[in-house]
Amino acid sequence: MENKYVLKMEGITKEYFGNKVLKGVDLKVRPGEIHALMGENGAGKSTLMNILFGMPVIHSTGGFGGTIEFNGEPVNIENPHKAMQLGIGMVHQEFMLIPGFTVAENVKLGREISKATIASSVFGKSLERLDKPAMAEDTRVALNTIGLGVEDYAMVAGMPVGYMQFVEIAREIDKTGIKLMIFDEPTAVLTESEADRLLDTMRVIASKGIAIIFITHRINEVIEVTDSMTVLRDGTFVDRLETKDTTAARIAELMIGRQVEKLVDDMEEDNRKISDEDIMLELKNFYVDMPGEKVKGIDLKLRRGEILGIGGLAGQGKVGIPNGILGLYPASGEIHFDGESIDPTKLGDALHKGIAFVSEDRRGVGLLLKESIEQNITFTATQIQGKFLKHFGPFTQVDYKATKKHAQDMIKALDIRCTGPEQYSGRLSGGNQQKVCLARAITMDPKLLIVSEPTRGIDIGAKKLVLELLAKMNREQGMTIIMVSSELNELRSLCDRIAIVSDGKLTGIFAPDASDAEYGLAMSGVTEGGNA
Amino acid sequence: MNNTLNKKTPAELVKNFVSDNKVILMFVVLSIVCILISGANVSYVAGEVFSRFGRNTCLVLALIIPCMAGLGMNFGIVVGAIAAQISIFWIVHWGFVGVPGFLLCVAMSTPLALLFGWLTGMLFNKTKGSEMVAGLVLGFFAAGLYRLFTLYIMGGVIPYDDPNLLDRGFGLRNAFDLTGNLKYSVDDITFLTTASVLGVVYLLYTLVVYLHGKKFGEGVDTKKFVMQLIAGAVVVVFGIVGKMIPFVATKLGKNRVILADAVMLLAVGLLVYAVVLFIKNRPAKGTPAFNKVLKFAVLAVILFVTNMIPGVNKVYRSVRLPAMTFAVIAFFAAFNDWLVNTRLGQNMRTVGQNRSVATSAGIDVDKTRIIATCISTVLAAWGQLIFLQNLGTFNTVQQQDNVGLYSVAAILVGGANVQKATNKQAVIGVILFHTLFVVAPLAATELVGDSAISEYIRMFFSYGVIAVSLAMHASKKGGKKAKAA
Amino acid sequence: MTKDKIKKAIDAIGLPRLIVFCFFMAIVITAAVNDIDVASYFSSTLKYFGMWGILVLAMLPSIKCGIGPNFGVSLGIVCGLLGTLLAIQFNIAPAVEGILPGFGPWASMFFAIILSAVLSWLVGIAYGKLLNMVKGSEMTVTTYVGYSAIYLMCIVWFRAPFNSGEIIWPLGGVGVRNSVALETSFGWLLNDFLGFNIGPVFIPTGIILAVLLVSGFVFLYFRSKTGIAITAAGSNPTFARASGIDVDKMRVKGIALSTVLGAIGIIIYNQGFGYLQAYTAPLAMGFICVASILIGGATTTKATIMNVLIGTFLYQGLIIFTPPVSNHLLAGTDISDTMRQIIQNGVILYALAQTKGGD
Repeated sequence: MENKYVLKMEGITKEYFGNKVLKGVDLKVRPGEIHALMGENGAGKSTLMNILFGMPVIHSTGGFGGTIEFNGEPVNIENPHKAMQLGIGMVHQEFMLIPGFTVAENVKLGREISKATIASSVFGKSLERLDKPAMAEDTRVALNTIGLGVEDYAMVAGMPVGYMQFVEIAREIDKTGIKLMIFDEPTAVLTESEADRLLDTMRVIASKGIAIIFITHRINEVIEVTDSMTVLRDGTFVDRLETKDTTAARIAELMIGRQVEKLVDDMEEDNRKISDEDIMLELKNFYVDMPGEKVKGIDLKLRRGEILGIGGLAGQGKVGIPNGILGLYPASGEIHFDGESIDPTKLGDALHKGIAFVSEDRRGVGLLLKESIEQNITFTATQIQGKFLKHFGPFTQVDYKATKKHAQDMIKALDIRCTGPEQYSGRLSGGNQQKVCLARAITMDPKLLIVSEPTRGIDIGAKKLVLELLAKMNREQGMTIIMVSSELNELRSLCDRIAIVSDGKLTGIFAPDASDAEYGLAMSGVTEGGNA
Repeated sequence: MNNTLNKKTPAELVKNFVSDNKVILMFVVLSIVCILISGANVSYVAGEVFSRFGRNTCLVLALIIPCMAGLGMNFGIVVGAIAAQISIFWIVHWGFVGVPGFLLCVAMSTPLALLFGWLTGMLFNKTKGSEMVAGLVLGFFAAGLYRLFTLYIMGGVIPYDDPNLLDRGFGLRNAFDLTGNLKYSVDDITFLTTASVLGVVYLLYTLVVYLHGKKFGEGVDTKKFVMQLIAGAVVVVFGIVGKMIPFVATKLGKNRVILADAVMLLAVGLLVYAVVLFIKNRPAKGTPAFNKVLKFAVLAVILFVTNMIPGVNKVYRSVRLPAMTFAVIAFFAAFNDWLVNTRLGQNMRTVGQNRSVATSAGIDVDKTRIIATCISTVLAAWGQLIFLQNLGTFNTVQQQDNVGLYSVAAILVGGANVQKATNKQAVIGVILFHTLFVVAPLAATELVGDSAISEYIRMFFSYGVIAVSLAMHASKKGGKKAKAA
Repeated sequence: MTKDKIKKAIDAIGLPRLIVFCFFMAIVITAAVNDIDVASYFSSTLKYFGMWGILVLAMLPSIKCGIGPNFGVSLGIVCGLLGTLLAIQFNIAPAVEGILPGFGPWASMFFAIILSAVLSWLVGIAYGKLLNMVKGSEMTVTTYVGYSAIYLMCIVWFRAPFNSGEIIWPLGGVGVRNSVALETSFGWLLNDFLGFNIGPVFIPTGIILAVLLVSGFVFLYFRSKTGIAITAAGSNPTFARASGIDVDKMRVKGIALSTVLGAIGIIIYNQGFGYLQAYTAPLAMGFICVASILIGGATTTKATIMNVLIGTFLYQGLIIFTPPVSNHLLAGTDISDTMRQIIQNGVILYALAQTKGGD
C-alpha cells in the first residue's frame, strides 16, 4: 500500500459558541483503504464529518481551524456541493430515498441524464427531456458493481431495509470521480446477514481504489473489515492504529479512557442499607419498541435504596428502558414494582404506582416551554395524584396559591435561577430547566426516580449541581434512583452499580471501579460478563 | 410480481378492481340510479355532459401539476380564473372580438396569472402542510380584492369609459355579456380549420426540431423529417381541400362536429393506424406489437358497430362537439405528460414525495413549488377563458368562486387523491361529476317534486367528496407516521 | 423610541391586528366627525358582540387542545338549529307559559340549549375521533367537514317532518322555512332582559351577561384538572403523555366542548336576531368566528378568553360601522361587505402563514 493519503485533515479545531468540541484532531486516509472512525457519542465524529462535507452548520457557526488536503492538494470545502465535486460521497444513516420512485430514479436523483429540447434551449436546462434508457444503463452498472440483484425499474417502496441501503450506496458509486465514501453507522439498521453483505460490498468498493471512512460502534465489525482506524475521545485525537496491530479490548479502552475529573464531592457518610433481598423493581424479558433505542429482552433487578446506572452507546437501547416502563413506547414483558406489577401498555400506570421520570428530551418531552415554572413543576402531581386541587363536588379547580407556594419552595430548595415562579420555563438556561424537571419529579414524592441523561446539554457547573442533588436525595431521603446516561464517567462517579446495554440487551453489570477495558467491551457488545 | 398477479382468482381480481375504483364506481352507480329515477332523455344528458366536458376539463387539468409537486389540490386556481376575467374586461372594452380577441385575452391573462401564481406560490411556501386550506382562504381573499377592483376601482379610479358595461357610472355590471364578442370564439372553429391550424403548427414544430438538431449536431433523421413534413402537409391540405368537397364540408366544415361523425372518423382513423402499424412492423402473431394492432382494430370495429345501433346512434347524432376546444383539452393533457418527463417535472415529483430528500439532492424546493403553482395558475386562466367563451355570459363578481371547488371535486371523483392525480382521472372525473350534476336535479324533481333540493345535493356531494378524500388521505398519512414511530 | 422597539411592539401586537384596530378607530372617528349616529351604531355593536361572543368562544377549546381554529363549528351550529326547531315543534314556550306565566320563553330557550348541548356533545365526540385520525391536516379537514355538514342538513331541513305551522312553509308546505320567527318562543329574550339605556346607548344586559357567564365557565373549566390537561395536550402532546395523559381523549374533549359552544352560540345568536335561519345561512359563520378570534390576538396554537372578547368586539364593530361611513363618504355605495371579505380572509391567511407548518 502506498503511503500517499487521499485525505489528510490536520489539527482540526471547532468551537460551538465557546464550547470546544474538536481540539486539534488529525484524520488521514489512504486510497482504497477502509478506515474506521471510532469514539463515544460526543467524541466529535459527526462534527468532523460535517467539516469534511462542508455542511452549512459548520460555516454558520464561525468555521473551523486546521487544514484539509484532498488528493494531495489543500482544499477549502465551503459547501456540500463542493465536497461532492471533489469526489466525497456520504451514505446517510437515514435513507435519502424516495419510495415512490424506481431504483434508477433514486440512483439518479438530482443528477438525471437529459437531452436538449427546443423548450430547453429557450427556457433553460430544466426543461430538458429525461433520457430514461441512459439512466437505467448507468444504474445497472452501479448495481452490478456492488452486486445487488434488483432491477433498475423496481420500485424502492416495499424493499427490505438492507436493499435500500444498497441503493444509497449505488447512488454514491454512480457519481463520477468518487474517491472517498463516508459510511455513517450503516449497519445499525441492518440484519446480521445484510450487515455481512454490506461489509463485503465495502471491500469490493475499496478494492476499486475508493477510500472508505467507516463510522460504527461495533468493534467486531471494525476488526473484521478495516485496515486502520482513528480513535477520538472528547474532541481530542487519541491515536491512529493499524487494525492488524491491535485488539478489541485495546480499542475499547482507547475509546473510553479514564478521566480524572471528579464530578461529585465526597458525600456525607453512607449509612444506607442495601440488600440483595430487598428488590424494588424487577424487569423480566422486557422489550421496548422505541425507534432508534430498541430494547430486546432485558432482565434486571433494582435494589431498594441504591443508585443504578444504565450506560451504553447511543442507539443501543438504554434510553428505551425508562421510556418503556413509563408506557411511552410500545413495550412488553413483566415489570414488578414494590409488590405490584406495572402494565407498560397502560399509559400512566407507572406514574400512578409511584415512579417518577425525568426524560432525556428536556425541551421536547420534559417541559411545557410556554407555561410558567409553577405550572411545570406541579402539573404531573396534579394530574396523577390530584395534588394542588380544590374540590367542589364533582368539579375541581387548580389551587394556584398552593401551586405558587410549592413552586417557590422548590425554587429555593433546588436553587433554580429565575425571575419568579411565573417565568416561562422556555426562557430558562438548560441547567435550570433540568432542575425544573427534577422538581416536578420530586413533587410526586416518588418511590423510584428514573432520570434519563440528566446532564445532557448543560454546562459543567450545572452538571455538578444536578448530580449532587441526585446524590443528596438518595443519601438523605433514601430515594431509589435509576440513572440512564451516555457519560460513563458521570455514572461511575455516582452509581452503586452500572448496567451496560448493547444492541438492546444487557451485556454486564459492573462496579463503578471496574476497568475501562471491561466497560469498553461490554459497550461494544463483544463479551458478556460483569461481577457487581 | 407477474406470477402472483396471474395466480389471483377472478373473484380477487374483481375485488381489487372494486376497491381500487370505489369512488368512481360509487358515482357511476349514483348516476345510473339518478338517470333511472328521473327517466331522463339520454340524448339530453349526453349533450349536456359533453358540453360541460368541453367547458370544464381544462380547468381540471390545471390541478395535476401542483398535485405532483406535493401541493395537494390547488384551490388557488381561483386566482387564475380572476386573471382571465380581468383580461376579458379590457379586451372586450378595447373592442376585440372573435379569435383575435380570444388570443389577446390569452396574451394578457398569461403575465397576470404568472404574477398571481408567483404570489400564491410564495404563500404556499409559507403554509407548508396546509396549502389546501390556505388556497381556499386565498380564493376568498382574492375574490374580495377582485370585487373591490371590479365594483369600485374600474370606472372609479381607473378610467373605463364604457356605459354599456358600467353600472351607475362606475363599477361593472353584475352580468358580463360575451355575446357578439368572445362567445364561442374557440368552440366555433370548424374541424377542418382546426386540422389546418394543427397541421401548420406541426410543420413548424418539425422544422424547428430539425434545424435545432442540425445546429446542435445531435444528429438528424432526414428520412423521418421528410415523412413528418408529408404527414403535416397532408393534414393541412385536407383541411383546405375538405372545405371544397361538399360531403366533407357538411360533415366537418360546420362549427360543430356531430358525435356520430366524430365516432366514425375515429373508427376510420384507428383502422388506418392499425393497418399502417401492421404494414410497417409486420409483427408475428401473439407478440405484444401484434396485440396492439389487434386492439386498435377491434376498438375501431366496436365504435363502428355501436354507431350502427339505432338507439345509440340517435344519442350520437344529438351530441355536437367543438373541435378546437377538444384540441385544446388534448393540448393541456399532452403538456402535463410532457412536463413529467423533463428535468423540471422529475424535480417536482421529487419535491412532492419528500422535501428533505429533494433538498439533499440539490433541488431548490421552494422555487420548484413556485414554478408548479405558476404553471397551474396560467393553465387555470386559460381554462377559465375556454369556460367563459362557451358560457357566453358570466357573473362579473362571483363567477370564479366555485372554480376551485368544482374542479377539485371533479378530479377526486375521477379517483385522484391529494398526492396523485392523472389526466385520465381528470377526464373520467369531469364526465362523472357533471353527469351527476345534470341528472341529480332531474331525479330530485321526480322524487320530491322540487328541483331546489338538487342544489343542496350537488353542493353536499362536492364538499362531501372533498372532505372524505382529504380525511382518507390524512388518516393514511397519520397511520403511516404512527407505524414509523 | 427606537426603530427596533417599534418593530418589536408591532410584532408583539401583530400586524393585521394593528391594521384592523387602526382601521376601526379611523372609521369610528370618521363616523363621529360626519355626524353619523355613533351611539346607535355602538348599541348595535354591543348587541352583535353579545350575539357572536359564544360562537367565537367555541374557537378557544379547539385551539387549546391542539386542533387549531375549528372551521367546522358549523357541526355545532346545525345541532343548535335542530334543538331550537324541536323546542318550537314541541310548543315548549306556550305550554310552559300556560303553567308558569313569564317563564315560557326561558323554558323554551333552556330546552333548546340543553337538547342541542347533548346532541352536539355526541356529535363533537364523533368529530373529535375523526380529527384524531387526521392529525396534521385538521384545519383542512374541519373546513370541508363543516361545509358538507351544512349542505347535508340543508337536505334534511328541506324534507324534515316538522309540522308546526311556524316552521314549515306557509300554505301547508313541507320542510323548514328559510327563516323561522322566534317571536313565540324566545326571540329577543336575552337582549331585552335587564336592558337599560345610558344616554342614547342601549345596553343589552342579558346577552352580555350570557356571554360573560359562558366565558366565565370556560375560564374556570380551563383551570380545572381536565382543563389544564387539555391545554398541556395541545401545547406539548409528548409532555402530556409523559404525565400519563391520554392526548387523544383530551383532544376529543376539547373539540366536543367547542361543538357544544357552537350549538349554544347559535341559539344565543338566533334569539338576538329574532329569527332562525336554516339552510346555507351558517356557511360563512365558521370563517367569521376564526377571523374574530385571530383579530383578537390569538394564533392557531394559542388563545385566551381576552382574545375572544376583544376580537368579537373589534370584528363586529368594524362590520357595523363600515356601511354608514362608506355610504356617507362614497355617496350611496356600500363597500363594507367587500372590506369585510378582504379583512376577514386576510387575517386568516396571515395567521396560516405565521404557523410554521409542514415537516
